[in-house]
Amino acid sequence: MTVKVYVPKDAAALALGADRVVAAIEREAGERGVAVAIVRNGSRGMHWLEPLVEVVVDHERIAYGPVRAGDVASLFAAGFLEGGDHPLRQGATKDIPFLKQQTRLTFARCGIVDPLSLDDYRRFRGLTGLEKAIAMAPVDIVTEVTDSGLRGRGGAGFPTGIKWKTVLDAAGPQKYIVCNADEGDSGTFADRMIMEGDPFVLIEGMAIAGLATGATKGFIYTRSEYPHAIAAMSAAIEIARREGVLGPSVMGSGRAFDMEVRVGAGAYVCGEETALLNSLEGKRGIVRAKPPLPAHKGLFDCPTVINNVISLASVPIILDRGATFYRDFGMGRSRGTIPIQIAGNVKHGGLYETAFGLSLGEIVDHIAGGTASERPVKAVQVGGPLGAYFPRALFDTPFDYESFAAKDGLIGHAGIVVFDDTVDMLHQARFAMEFCAIESCGKCTPCRIGSTRGVEVADNIAHGVEPEKNRELLADLCNTMKFGSLCALGGFTPYPVMSAMTHFPEDFTPAPRVEGGGMSETEKLKGPASYFPSIEKKYGQPIEHWKAIVRAQEGKAHMQIVAFLKETHGLGHGHANALVAATLAENA
Amino acid sequence: MNLHVSGDVAARTLAIVTAMKGAEGPLLPILHEIQAEFGYVPQDSLPVIARELNLSRAEVHGVVTFYHDFRDHPTGRHVLKLCRAEACQSMGADAVAARVKALLGIDFHQTTLDGAVTLEPVYCLGLCSCAPSAMLDGEVHAGLDAAAATELVREARR
Ligand SMILES: Cc1cc2nc3c(=O)[nH]c(=O)nc-3n(C[C@H](O)[C@H](O)[C@H](O)COP(=O)(O)O)c2cc1C
Ligand code: SF4
Ligand code: FES
Ligand code: FES
Repeated sequence: MTVKVYVPKDAAALALGADRVVAAIEREAGERGVAVAIVRNGSRGMHWLEPLVEVVVDHERIAYGPVRAGDVASLFAAGFLEGGDHPLRQGATKDIPFLKQQTRLTFARCGIVDPLSLDDYRRFRGLTGLEKAIAMAPVDIVTEVTDSGLRGRGGAGFPTGIKWKTVLDAAGPQKYIVCNADEGDSGTFADRMIMEGDPFVLIEGMAIAGLATGATKGFIYTRSEYPHAIAAMSAAIEIARREGVLGPSVMGSGRAFDMEVRVGAGAYVCGEETALLNSLEGKRGIVRAKPPLPAHKGLFDCPTVINNVISLASVPIILDRGATFYRDFGMGRSRGTIPIQIAGNVKHGGLYETAFGLSLGEIVDHIAGGTASERPVKAVQVGGPLGAYFPRALFDTPFDYESFAAKDGLIGHAGIVVFDDTVDMLHQARFAMEFCAIESCGKCTPCRIGSTRGVEVADNIAHGVEPEKNRELLADLCNTMKFGSLCALGGFTPYPVMSAMTHFPEDFTPAPRVEGGGMSETEKLKGPASYFPSIEKKYGQPIEHWKAIVRAQEGKAHMQIVAFLKETHGLGHGHANALVAATLAENA
Repeated sequence: MNLHVSGDVAARTLAIVTAMKGAEGPLLPILHEIQAEFGYVPQDSLPVIARELNLSRAEVHGVVTFYHDFRDHPTGRHVLKLCRAEACQSMGADAVAARVKALLGIDFHQTTLDGAVTLEPVYCLGLCSCAPSAMLDGEVHAGLDAAAATELVREARR
């Protein structure tokens, strides 16, 4: 008898050694002469248990994890193919509390099915939403989506149905569905998990969007950092085309819809919808001014729906089960479920899909189980690099769009990143500015210049240079960026910066600088090398160039060399100091 | 990864562009293909692309330089990307980066003198729940600590 064994092919599982586990299982099974059929599924989202190996025993899936290749022999010895006991045994997968307590609508199949089996997909209610949509008038599909209360999961939370209505009503011989799969926010991986674990649901959602709006062509724009998602998605599209789900007559409806995957090139700003459209057109990823809205003049100036992966992947179940079913989950104006991505310094990291409304504290302390380091939680960044840092005092905030906005934050793409008490919030504020400087599309001055200035000002605070004046300057700068930027990159970078300064003021009043070359504790933590990329970028010279200059100052004291670099070479104080510290440390 | 820029850059570029220019918005897919072919985007390929797509050379140059992925020079034999973003920071990515830099003797955006490894920063690999993470020649690695980072460098050095 052949035993069915599941070992995920999700990138997180691969990064933790899933392929080596597969090889070990095959080898061990071969030596023992037992027959196993290994299915490469997506991830269940319990990433601290990855690679999570599941064995089907009496029609039930029994979980073992986290399994390393070195554990495989002992698993066989313990009779894991019959569900035998072992220290890594987690019991029936569906009863693991982290999973059992979730409401899996969008992720209903993820981790359960073989991602590239259309039969599996059908067996778990796949394509029923699309079948229903085919029998409906376009306007009725749109109404269903509107009534479900679904709002965009990419960050802005705009009602999906209303966006679709605009495109439906727009005239044009060609319309497009563009799926924003550029998932660049730190702390997020829901899009990646869907594309790797249940790609057909995204295809189905996009096909429904096509039928609803009259668009016949779709693009999935994803990131070059996601090679596994690209491969899975492309393979699924190929299969869907072969099986007539995509093509000139979608499931025999006589209506056409097809799609392809496009890959970005490492620019965070291309997640912004208009920059993304420019990038798809083969241009620089510069943000466009609105209006015109993409719904009127989008890709190649044609009416275009642009939606996040999770928005589109939530559509099939809405069509299948009805708007009311979906709308009945959630709170206030945040309806349905949200896949919360728990990341950073946590015991139980992974994906947790649930109705809106859990408090941040419940998520961090109970679901995530606190920090991996076992130290106290100090701050939680919610909503990616443009999201605010929340202190414990705000842990009662319910997870929904409006509640987070009311606390000067955002839920964004629903990633939360937990930090323990070793984090230096001034360093995080500095990083937010630095990230904005690296990724700015360059169109507006507050974003492009303001972020670079922000890094310098943060450095000055760190170095005890007129801290009070510089804190005011930082707040001023944030204000300018917030109100003077065209898009949310420049406009929202102030969220992490200001929340760090507001909630953690103690980190913005470092001990006064020690003259004569000592580095403060924060600097030791950060390491001078962390400045190197911005130094190279700003002054256009390799680090070696500067180090040689520093070495040539032999005999001078640390601060004298810093002053020399500032005066004769125009370097900022922080940059000069980092170079001197790094170079002198090499000779020490 | 990168290699032999033997043969005629212009001719090989032309073959790629000719095969791909029928797509809607073909420039990014073409540039990815060129980088896959040569290991970077050679200066000499730009005029060919511009001519074939009916763009000015400045436009093509503008696109190539806008995106972090496209390089104008070859990399080392291996490319090691370390995630520098927040979730990885919360789990000690800065310390991992410092160790890797020390082991390789280079900083980000540099290549070891023996041409073995190019070190690059990356801002999130979507492995934020098992941080810190890295990518070595397209293979992902997560849950790095000092020992795993050392092992990764050893692998890259090979
Ligand atoms: C700098 C920046 C980056 C963004 N990145 C993404 C992204 O990676 N994925 C995404 O879906 N939306 C992203 N957005 C939001 C999009 O502009 C847009 O709101 C979204 O694609 C709309 O789809 P939705 O309504 O389904 O959320 C980003 C916005 C900005 C300003
Ligand atoms: S805010 Fe920044 S990223 Fe956005 S349009 Fe302006 S310069 Fe570009
Ligand atoms: S010690 Fe940090 S600036 Fe002088
Ligand atoms: S922040 Fe490093 S993988 Fe996401």
